[in-house]
Amino acid sequence: MKAAVVVFPGSNCDRDLAVAFEQAGFDVQMIWHKETGLPEGIDIVGVPGGFSYGDYLRCGAIAANSPICQAVVEHTNRGGYAIGVCNGFQILTETGILPGALLRNAGLKYICKTVGLKVETSDSAFTEGYNAGDVVGVPIAHHDGNYYADADTVARLKDQDRVAFTYTDNPNGSVADIAGILSENRRVLGMMPHPERAADEGHGSAEGAAVFRALAGVLTPA
Amino acid sequence: MKARVHVMLKNGVLDPQGEAVRHALGAMGFDKVEGVRQGKVIDLDLAEGATEADVTEMCEKLLANTVIESYSIELQ
Repeated sequence: MKAAVVVFPGSNCDRDLAVAFEQAGFDVQMIWHKETGLPEGIDIVGVPGGFSYGDYLRCGAIAANSPICQAVVEHTNRGGYAIGVCNGFQILTETGILPGALLRNAGLKYICKTVGLKVETSDSAFTEGYNAGDVVGVPIAHHDGNYYADADTVARLKDQDRVAFTYTDNPNGSVADIAGILSENRRVLGMMPHPERAADEGHGSAEGAAVFRALAGVLTPA
Repeated sequence: MKARVHVMLKNGVLDPQGEAVRHALGAMGFDKVEGVRQGKVIDLDLAEGATEADVTEMCEKLLANTVIESYSIELQ
């Protein structure tokens, strides 16, 4: 089981994400943004949180056009797995891998706190360690986490059971309380909260670790 | 050639920064402001031979996120 964690200038959750993967049993390779391809045999790509390229222009916009992101797009087009957390979610929407966009928080403030996340579906490699309806505590830390998609897109996400997580108490104005969504083939998850920061009892909560354990279960060679 | 690109949040997309500016103006006594939308202006210095179509492609691929933003191009 191999995971690749992409590192951009300004990424700051890359090592946390790598440790969360490692604790679930993955071999992790860190991939610098100037690389033009992913190593052979990567099962999942992690796009970490942070402030890639200083959040210049729009959060994630410049990262989405970096050489490594073209490789990530090709990986997901081939049906490869990927998870984007926080800035990683912003990047995945900017590439078009996931629909919608992340706007400035409705309250305009950067928010750093643990929030209640409701698991909306257990039908994915990321969420099958939970039961639908479970509420877990996972931290958010963002200024631009206000998920926006037009009404048709939100209806499609709901019809296709692609809303992975919602906020129990919407902190940022996200449409339909959406905190995380899945791609159409359910192999790409983007979410603003940080499961890798709630992946060890030392973090104060290990309720995010189930995401990585579930992935390890699905991706373990039979 | 120079080009100026205006990028604005689309109508219907909430602009919390514009709203905050509107509130601040109201609080300062400018009571005739009914709405504020905040956007970006990007000036491009272009080499000979660049065309409006090139700038349009730049907008579509990078300068604007057309999920939430609209853009307009002024060639100068």
